Amino acid sequence: MAGSTFLDSSELVLNMGPQHPSTHGVLRVILKLDGEKVIGTECVIGYLHRGVEKIGENRTYVQFAPYVDRMDYVAAVSNGLGYCLAVEKLLSVEAPPRAQVTRVILTELNRIASHLLWLGTHALDIGAITPLFYTLREREEVLKIFEKYCGARLTTHAFRIGGLQYELYDGFEEDVAKFCDMFLPKVDEYEELLTDNRIWVERLKGVGILTAEQCKAYGVTGPVLRAAGVAWDLRKAQPYSGYEQYDFDIPIRQNGDTFDRYIVRMEEMRQSVRIIRQALERIEPGPIMAKVPKVIKPPVGEVYVSIEAPKGELGYFIVSDGSTQPYRVRVRPPSFVNLQALDQMCRGALVADVVAIIGTIDIVLGEVDR
Amino acid sequence: MRKLIRTVLLVDLLRGLWVTLRNQHPKHIYTEQYPAQRPKVAERFRGAPRLNINPDTGETLCIGCNLCALACPENLIVVGTERDPKTNRKVLTTFTYDTSRCMFCGLCEDACPVDALELTQDFELASYTREGQIWDRQMLEEGPRPTQYKS
Repeated sequence: MAGSTFLDSSELVLNMGPQHPSTHGVLRVILKLDGEKVIGTECVIGYLHRGVEKIGENRTYVQFAPYVDRMDYVAAVSNGLGYCLAVEKLLSVEAPPRAQVTRVILTELNRIASHLLWLGTHALDIGAITPLFYTLREREEVLKIFEKYCGARLTTHAFRIGGLQYELYDGFEEDVAKFCDMFLPKVDEYEELLTDNRIWVERLKGVGILTAEQCKAYGVTGPVLRAAGVAWDLRKAQPYSGYEQYDFDIPIRQNGDTFDRYIVRMEEMRQSVRIIRQALERIEPGPIMAKVPKVIKPPVGEVYVSIEAPKGELGYFIVSDGSTQPYRVRVRPPSFVNLQALDQMCRGALVADVVAIIGTIDIVLGEVDR
Repeated sequence: MRKLIRTVLLVDLLRGLWVTLRNQHPKHIYTEQYPAQRPKVAERFRGAPRLNINPDTGETLCIGCNLCALACPENLIVVGTERDPKTNRKVLTTFTYDTSRCMFCGLCEDACPVDALELTQDFELASYTREGQIWDRQMLEEGPRPTQYKS
């Protein structure tokens, strides 16, 4: 425009974060705005970088296990499972059946805990404060089971390479069964609060649409992909830990918007309860630890193992040079990959929708930055 | 038409309000009044470290094998031993444990062959100084010593 000054331009570059309460941690998003409309975004990540992958190169295989809990600290059990499965594959051992069933129960409980925290904070971002209190209340029950089982609530370090360190405590089955019975009506309660609520629907329907093609192009996995209509779940596609024996559905929706992701995650919590109930019946006496050498020295080689974490595909790529320490540990975190689609989802949306979209990807910055 | 009536009568919002109203019942109070009301942590809780002593003789159970120090991912345990000239056995002299770097993973506890090192249910580890976070052998055996302040 000839003769225009910078005051005429309505374009504005705005920093959102890293200390913004609704970026779910320390994510910094540079927003380019035209009035209230978002023209483009750029994520600046690395604020929480601790060099976990490098730490892995300087620790033995056993010693690195507690560190993986600190990546996705909301779903520490899933992280531990992925790492243990990867090292077990390097060693060509398999956890005994009792350990596998226990692993399934704990990871599914963790999926519920992760989704509950997501639901509470996501609803809080949108403006519904009440669900946060209810979801944290139910999450507390899961954390209590974790604490009783392995002694920690959040960074659990529940699994060891080759199986489990801790035997199930007395009353574990009753605790988990009680939680399942208590939990299902609560999910209906959350849905009663949110699903029909007109403010919730207005804020979420049609916001942050990501089609199936775009999801595949970005490598997005997890509930975001399933909300776009792709029935891709690693528990079905590449079963691990005996998931092929369990009967459960993959919830999918077609629109790929924020509301559909909400519905998919709610349904996933119900499916998790279904898996836990089946797993409880499968607990049988037996050893909990496979025969693993005291000093773990895997043969030279490399391995990639991925599992379905609550947020998507969580992969571990480990290169072994035959020593007690890994030569390289590369983590494929679901949050990091899913976050890359943020720009695509935000374009043309309003500033208030950016908050909803960040919430719906369900990122944990500990995992994005590692 | 039915949808319109439901919209006008705010059915969706009232249903949500009914849920919150149901949860107002005092039996749904979960808040813990922490300093007054102390939480009971689980038996397997991994908290403050402790070096167990034999209750009958008062001698330490630790044999100074250094396995805990080797198992620790953070290298925060330092075990000092000396050889007894008479019996020619290793005797524990010093034992330091840096709780400020500890992540309570429990690997030291698992490594201990004689159950001397243990992570207890004590979870209050605050200290006024950084040096106060480094626990020596006496502190590990008897528990943390509260600082006495004079006015």
